[in-house]
Amino acid sequence: MQYLIDQFADAIRMAAGRNAALHIRGGGTKDFYGNRMIKCGKPASVTHGSHDESEVNILDVASYAGVVDYEPTELVITACSGTRLADLEAELFKHGQMLAFEPPRFGSGATLGGCIATGLSGPRRASAGAARDFVLGVRMLDGKGDDLSFGGQVMKNVAGYDVSRLMTGSMGTLGVLLEVSLKVLPTPATELTLRFRMREAEAIEAMNKWAGKPLPISATCFCDGELTVRLSGAQPAVRAAHARLGGDEITGGGAFWESIREQTHLFFQGEKGGREDKGHNGDKGDKGDKETKGNTPNKDLWRLSIKSTTSPLVLPGKQLIEWGGALRWLIIDAADTDAEAVRSAVRQAASDAGGHAMLFRSDGPRTDVFHPLAPAMMKISRHLKEKFDPKGIFNPGRMYPQI
Amino acid sequence: MNSFELAARLRTVLPSNSVLHDTEDLKPYECDGLSAYRQLPMIVALPQTEEEVVEVLRICHASKTPVVARGAGTGLSGGALPHPKGVLLSLAKLKRILKIDPFARTAQVQPGVRNLAISEAAAPYGLYYAPDPSSQIACSIGGNVAENSGGVHCLKYGLTVHNILKLRVITIDGEILEVGGEGLDAPGYDLLALMTGSEGMLGVVTEVTVKLTPRPEKAQVVMAAFNDIRKAGNAVANVIAAGIIPAGMEMMDKITTQAVEEYVHAGYNLDAAAILLCESDGTTEEVAEEIERIGAIMNRSGATEIKASRDEAERLRFWAGRKAAFPAAGRVSPDYYCMDGTIPRKRLADVLSGIEALSSKYGLRCMNVFHAGDGNLHPLILYDANRPGELALAEEFGAQILQMCIKAGGTITGEHGVGIEKIDQMCSQFEASELEIFHAIKAAFDPEELLNPGKAVPALRRCAEHGAMHVHRGEEKFPELPRF
Ligand SMILES: Cc1cc2nc3c(=O)[nH]c(=O)nc-3n(C[C@H](O)[C@H](O)[C@H](O)COP(=O)(O)OP(=O)(O)OC[C@H]3O[C@@H](n4cnc5c(N)ncnc54)[C@H](O)[C@@H]3O)c2cc1C
Ligand SMILES: Cc1cc2nc3c(=O)[nH]c(=O)nc-3n(C[C@H](O)[C@H](O)[C@H](O)COP(=O)(O)OP(=O)(O)OC[C@H]3O[C@@H](n4cnc5c(N)ncnc54)[C@H](O)[C@@H]3O)c2cc1C
Repeated sequence: MQYLIDQFADAIRMAAGRNAALHIRGGGTKDFYGNRMIKCGKPASVTHGSHDESEVNILDVASYAGVVDYEPTELVITACSGTRLADLEAELFKHGQMLAFEPPRFGSGATLGGCIATGLSGPRRASAGAARDFVLGVRMLDGKGDDLSFGGQVMKNVAGYDVSRLMTGSMGTLGVLLEVSLKVLPTPATELTLRFRMREAEAIEAMNKWAGKPLPISATCFCDGELTVRLSGAQPAVRAAHARLGGDEITGGGAFWESIREQTHLFFQGEKGGREDKGHNGDKGDKGDKETKGNTPNKDLWRLSIKSTTSPLVLPGKQLIEWGGALRWLIIDAADTDAEAVRSAVRQAASDAGGHAMLFRSDGPRTDVFHPLAPAMMKISRHLKEKFDPKGIFNPGRMYPQI
Repeated sequence: MNSFELAARLRTVLPSNSVLHDTEDLKPYECDGLSAYRQLPMIVALPQTEEEVVEVLRICHASKTPVVARGAGTGLSGGALPHPKGVLLSLAKLKRILKIDPFARTAQVQPGVRNLAISEAAAPYGLYYAPDPSSQIACSIGGNVAENSGGVHCLKYGLTVHNILKLRVITIDGEILEVGGEGLDAPGYDLLALMTGSEGMLGVVTEVTVKLTPRPEKAQVVMAAFNDIRKAGNAVANVIAAGIIPAGMEMMDKITTQAVEEYVHAGYNLDAAAILLCESDGTTEEVAEEIERIGAIMNRSGATEIKASRDEAERLRFWAGRKAAFPAAGRVSPDYYCMDGTIPRKRLADVLSGIEALSSKYGLRCMNVFHAGDGNLHPLILYDANRPGELALAEEFGAQILQMCIKAGGTITGEHGVGIEKIDQMCSQFEASELEIFHAIKAAFDPEELLNPGKAVPALRRCAEHGAMHVHRGEEKFPELPRF
């Protein structure tokens, strides 16, 4: 498969030579996410010289697929970035292992590269860790087309700066991921889902209180007066925790958490009710892609990542809480509200709560999706971007207009 | 600026007794935990507040003076080794615990706070700070962040990078960066990860917000003895294959168990080729079940003796031996040199026999303690610095071990950092183009290379001179550079 890497490197060199943008594309399932992209190379603010404003090249990395190395007893899997997440997870499942950060797939075509480049994590994040916590190493191409490897396939490695984790969540703006090594974990022996009827403030209190106790809680979700809690682990531990917490055991827990992870839950569709999508089944197949793409038109979905103990946020729209209170989803009717006023109120609420807000899905202009960075942080980020991608060809503007 | 002028300038922003300039005052700072390397700094600055750190860095930046940050000086790779023409910036006086938030399970602390002090402060709430380097009574949280330190429990609970939420960092030009946040992620590039393990090269950490973990209800340890190191290695793989992530899994070879047994009387089997300690923690029910399964796996894997700790005192005694490995090395030999390679676990037996072969080649004994769960080896090479040439031999022995780790698909450092010690091995582990990216990252923060110059990432020139270069896909590295 070296020929594919050579092809990618050629495409990079060619784009760099012409200051043309290169849009890195995995499965295209997260097209909704991030800023709409700028079509030229170097962002206007840092550009020198001329470039072809109309030129956009798509670098499709989905063909570079397959598992490179997987040794279950080493707890490490290395795969090519074009590998479909579904294939990767199926392989792990055969050996009783999993990606513990439960990456959302948002469609059957989702790739490992897209998963790491967006850095998104699912319901298990608060207890198990995020995508970045499981990345052990990457092989990548930088803006010069150089083939580079950082980190490795071992659990502990502090040789050199942590470029692998820097790449995670960088939205493909620093380079093309070729291969990723991830730490994997055994799937829990038992999972059990409990439900409690509570008010929002009570639920936030309960989630934080429980998180301070040695309980096997692996996911939490509050929506519409119901707190849903997943317990994972050895059978006796799960049973004992259930006895301690109380709550009603629900059937179909697996489908519920899948609907949160994949945002097929009715809340994300922007409809009244907000109960889980009962008809949904985990494996969507190709036709599922469309159905999972976003909410009904004119709804904006905000993602607020904040301090877990923050009291209920007073904002327009409807909310769903995950990650023990640290993740608040907000769905707002975009049509009949003052978009600017909402945007600043949401950003302010997130900043006040020690976190940040991102416009996760929107049919609006999607120009400043990510929370603004402090000037000192933006300065460093721009320096990094210039070093990795001197001609500014990779996904220009997808993250911030300046990078 | 000469040193007197610089000292005078620093005294305009720091109390006079916080600027050390006399040789006898500088002496305690001449080395870190890797005492084979010593160097007096020009000046030691001991700021007491973040504002003072900012002022010191501004002065150093304006006068182009190198700055080396120092926490507790327990580092084992010479990361805090002073620069002869620089300021050694000690963070030891920034040692306040600013806030413990038991409800949110976080602690906000200054960089000079000792690792263990955080857990002690959190204990009344049933919480603790999970990463537990063996040096935890002494090492500082700022140093832990700079080295991405781990401990015996990191397979299950993670390294420093997994257990911090937010940093305040001062760049060399005196700007304040707030990295990370109080939520579980932050916008933009993951500079929190980039700062962690950056060995004081990118900025000075002045505040750390760490996550606190609920103290497990119960912990119990199984001690298993094996007559063959290969069997012990397989036992580790078998535990993982059974879907168990132990809270800790440590291995010691015969020479280590013999050295420590004499010292702590842990009750180890002295005939065993290897001893494995495997800990389970969690709820009482969970631990009981897991310990039974672990015992059965050890049995199936050919253990000659298996003991599960019967109470907390016994658990601590089993661990005491492992924890005493370093002091025991110090007892059986005048000096020892601690290595820190990581390998894929399946290569353990090969690497250990390789180390044995090197041990006879160099005529130096070597004790092996091993974070078996995550493949992190700590060979302790025993030598006597008073015998001419022995230190050089020990270093050569160590360098050979690291080469072996790279060949086995591992790394030259799992948790102690590159510092000055492994700078030449970096040339073997990385290609020139990769080292260039490291230099570029450094330049994004500190273009004039004033922070900890000469550490962590070798100059490409140095790699060419060092000679032991990595030949990758048949190409020679740095063909453009002259050979020596
Ligand atoms: C037919 C078509 C035409 C399009 N035309 C345009 C256009 O003209 N202008 C425009 O702005 N957008 C366009 N897009 C959208 C754009 O292609 C995607 O938004 C972008 O390429 C992200 O890829 P993805 O969503 O497929 O990757 P996903 O797999 O969903 O990945 C999401 C993110 O990860 C990045 N990523 C994925 N794989 C890697 C990797 N291996 N290494 C590094 N980063 C990676 C992606 O760049 C993206 O930022 C088009 C999409 C399609 C389907
Ligand atoms: C007996 C013994 C056992 C050990 N066991 C372990 C172990 O189990 N696991 C492990 O990981 N390590 C271990 N170590 C190594 C060492 O304790 C760790 O690396 C520790 O994190 C260093 O902390 P320190 O405060 O002593 O840092 P120092 O040695 O003072 O400094 C280490 C590095 O950090 C930089 N630095 C320090 N403070 C700051 C700051 N505020 N901002 C920016 N940079 C800074 C320095 O410039 C230097 O590069 C052990 C050491 C000893 C002596």
